[in-house]
Amino acid sequence: MDENRENRFMKYLRKDRLPHIFCAGCGNGIVMNTFFNGMEMAEVDFEKVVMVSGIGCSSRIPGYVKCDSLHTTHGRPISFATGIKLANPENEVVVFTGDGDAAAIGGNHLIHGARRNINITVICINNSIYGMTGGQISPTSPKGSYGSTAPYGALERPFKLSEMVKAAGATYVARWTTAQPVQLSNAIKKALKNKGFSFIEVMSQCPTYFGRKNKMRSPIEMLKWMKEESIVKRRADKLSAEELEGKIIVGEFQNKEEPEFSDKVCQLLEAQCTTGKPSSTRSAFEGD
Amino acid sequence: MTSEDYFIQGNEACARGAIKANCRFFAGYPITPSTEIAEDMAVFLPREGGTFVQMEDEISTLGAVIGAVWAGMKGMTATSGPGFSLMQEHIGYAVMTETPLVIVNMQRGSPSTGQPTMASQGDMMQARWGSQGDYEIIALSPSSVQECFDFTVEAFNLAEKYRVPVMVMSDENVGHMREKITIPEKVEVKARSMPEEGPDTYLPYRADPDGTSPMPALGDGYKIHITGLTHDERGYPDASNPQAHSKLVKRLCNKIRHHTNEISRIKTENVEDAEIIIISYGAPSRSALKAVRTARDQGLNVGFIKIDVVWPFPEEMIQKAAGNAQRVIVVEMNLGQIFYEVQRVLPEVKVELAPKIGGEMHLPEEILKQINSTKD
Amino acid sequence: MRKEVRIAGFGGQGIILAGIVIGKAAALYDGLQAVQTQSYGPEARGGASRTELVISDEEIDYPKVQHPDIFVAMSHEALLAYLEGLKTGGILIIDPDLVMEDEISSFITEHNIQVYHAPATRTADEKVGLRIVANIVMIGAITGFTGIISEEAARKAIAASVPPGTEDKNLSAFEAGMELSREEV
Repeated sequence: MDENRENRFMKYLRKDRLPHIFCAGCGNGIVMNTFFNGMEMAEVDFEKVVMVSGIGCSSRIPGYVKCDSLHTTHGRPISFATGIKLANPENEVVVFTGDGDAAAIGGNHLIHGARRNINITVICINNSIYGMTGGQISPTSPKGSYGSTAPYGALERPFKLSEMVKAAGATYVARWTTAQPVQLSNAIKKALKNKGFSFIEVMSQCPTYFGRKNKMRSPIEMLKWMKEESIVKRRADKLSAEELEGKIIVGEFQNKEEPEFSDKVCQLLEAQCTTGKPSSTRSAFEGD
Repeated sequence: MTSEDYFIQGNEACARGAIKANCRFFAGYPITPSTEIAEDMAVFLPREGGTFVQMEDEISTLGAVIGAVWAGMKGMTATSGPGFSLMQEHIGYAVMTETPLVIVNMQRGSPSTGQPTMASQGDMMQARWGSQGDYEIIALSPSSVQECFDFTVEAFNLAEKYRVPVMVMSDENVGHMREKITIPEKVEVKARSMPEEGPDTYLPYRADPDGTSPMPALGDGYKIHITGLTHDERGYPDASNPQAHSKLVKRLCNKIRHHTNEISRIKTENVEDAEIIIISYGAPSRSALKAVRTARDQGLNVGFIKIDVVWPFPEEMIQKAAGNAQRVIVVEMNLGQIFYEVQRVLPEVKVELAPKIGGEMHLPEEILKQINSTKD
Repeated sequence: MRKEVRIAGFGGQGIILAGIVIGKAAALYDGLQAVQTQSYGPEARGGASRTELVISDEEIDYPKVQHPDIFVAMSHEALLAYLEGLKTGGILIIDPDLVMEDEISSFITEHNIQVYHAPATRTADEKVGLRIVANIVMIGAITGFTGIISEEAARKAIAASVPPGTEDKNLSAFEAGMELSREEV
């Protein structure tokens, strides 16, 4: 490949792990691009970035990024991230997760992370389906949508993730789609800069499973659908539930300052520590 | 160097041992009968500059501990049966990623919520086999408050040496009983070793076929990838490669199995010419010891083996100490768990079980009665 | 010398603390071995409460109490529940205001039990002015009647176990309990 034409974010990737496993047309690539863009805009020190993920297609992203990364268990990355942040608040902890990971099996960890307002950024790529296991419906699948475990259409009501995480106490929450990369990059920038629990919900396309099972075969078709159905929060706030049926509400749901959890822990240690060493970062390497 | 004496519970002793062993991170979730460990850590850790966090469940306590360990701290959690069941998922993750950490399990009557305020040794096999797949862990079984302290310190050192989760498998009896313990000002602490190589040449999972490797902390510039998937020496997923899987999992097992005689430990009393040998571990070993001493006073030739480190199972040590006995009686607070291990390693010996469930320790006379019985 | 002690009453009387103090006195200040255990139900308040001690000058193998040499009953319910276990020739200490002694008189005679009376709750109320130190009064009575721990060790253990600032009140409760033993003997 011509060096000059290489993607400008290639420097952040583990080139020895490419090619990646994502399907053609998957939204994960757009999310990675917007993440690096937002990260640069936020002037985050890439050397301090620790990525944590659970299980699923979106959770494979950290494995391709040339930073410290933990690919953990299904639904639990926020619990690992909590330990990483508390043990060394210098770490810039970013969690990549999906709708199955964060909303189903990891729902409890998600709301408690938000409740603690711990300074981590959670990027939840919501494609409304389980991709890695072959197209089963998830807690965010729209009512009536099809999946291999909903051959007659989903009967359950979907979670509104951003609204839920806001209610749980997150201090920055935004939802955008992969069809709005500029807004998404800006939201990621704000999320990374926010000192507290930040949640970015990216509505994304899974042409392989969601598209195929729901009669939107091409990624372009899906992107178009997301763009057309998107309605910004300011406008959505004025509309009735009936008018919002089937719409994707995009925009910022929360952006406020609140005391942050790892800060509070550090303050407690400053106040209580009797050994003169209120930080135990890297203490495992100390011995006799 | 000065030491101090205390009259405290086994649970408190575990907490004190952890702090002496340089544990600076504890994530907990309240559960009887181990809660006092979390409560003590909440009081004492901040004074040492360490972090305590109460999580939303036992799955996340172990997740948080694993995260903190990779971030450069020594970490522990404590629980009992129901919480231990929830932790199995992350025990497997810690085994696969070679994360050193300590889990205290104050066993209670089970299955399910069972008997929260009563004791058992019903989780011994779960400690060994509870998470999916082939793996090895280390488990110690304290029988006194002093051993709660000593074994917890030892657990941290073993965890670092072998990069494996180490379990302190005690029970409600020991967790809640108070005894005098002596806490030395300093204990032997094994520091985690940093890789000698720099980030350019270091491979996080390159090790001898039965060894492990040094681990840096996140943020040290090594930019490592850690995954529960089958991985190669770089830590990269290689999950569909039969050779990679076989090599990795065999190493994870062999780094413990091949060092059983260095890790495991039994204590023996009068086993050389004993006709009957009693084998026990944890709290009921104290009932057994009393029974053995009484039997000897009655003129019986009875020996005693206490297993301090139950996993990896001290196969050769047991064979050496009990191989010549006519009868071996395994005393444990369950319906037979370690009994089957003893039976397996002593095929030539008549091995009997002295089980007890219900929440109370064996009465010494119950064991004595079995010693005196000549049933075959 | 292995001695077994059982103290029982109802929740809120400070039964467990009494056991801890005696164990601490024996183990930390009298140079003996001691194990303290307890039993409790799921209730956080009220209900029955029981603590047990094994005290010995040798290593304690079996840590539980089977046949106490000394039984201290601070409620009638506890007295009836645990009296059976008391060793023949053992010592029974009761708070006469809280138990009906005549109900157990035949057991006392048959088993040659030495009975001592320590109205700990009333004494705490009247002599110290604090009903909640009844357990410490009882420690004084146990120390005086049985000599299972030394007076000096008991005082040190009390001072080390009670909330800071309450040492004097608690030590005077202990002296009041010792006084009860002198009165009876």
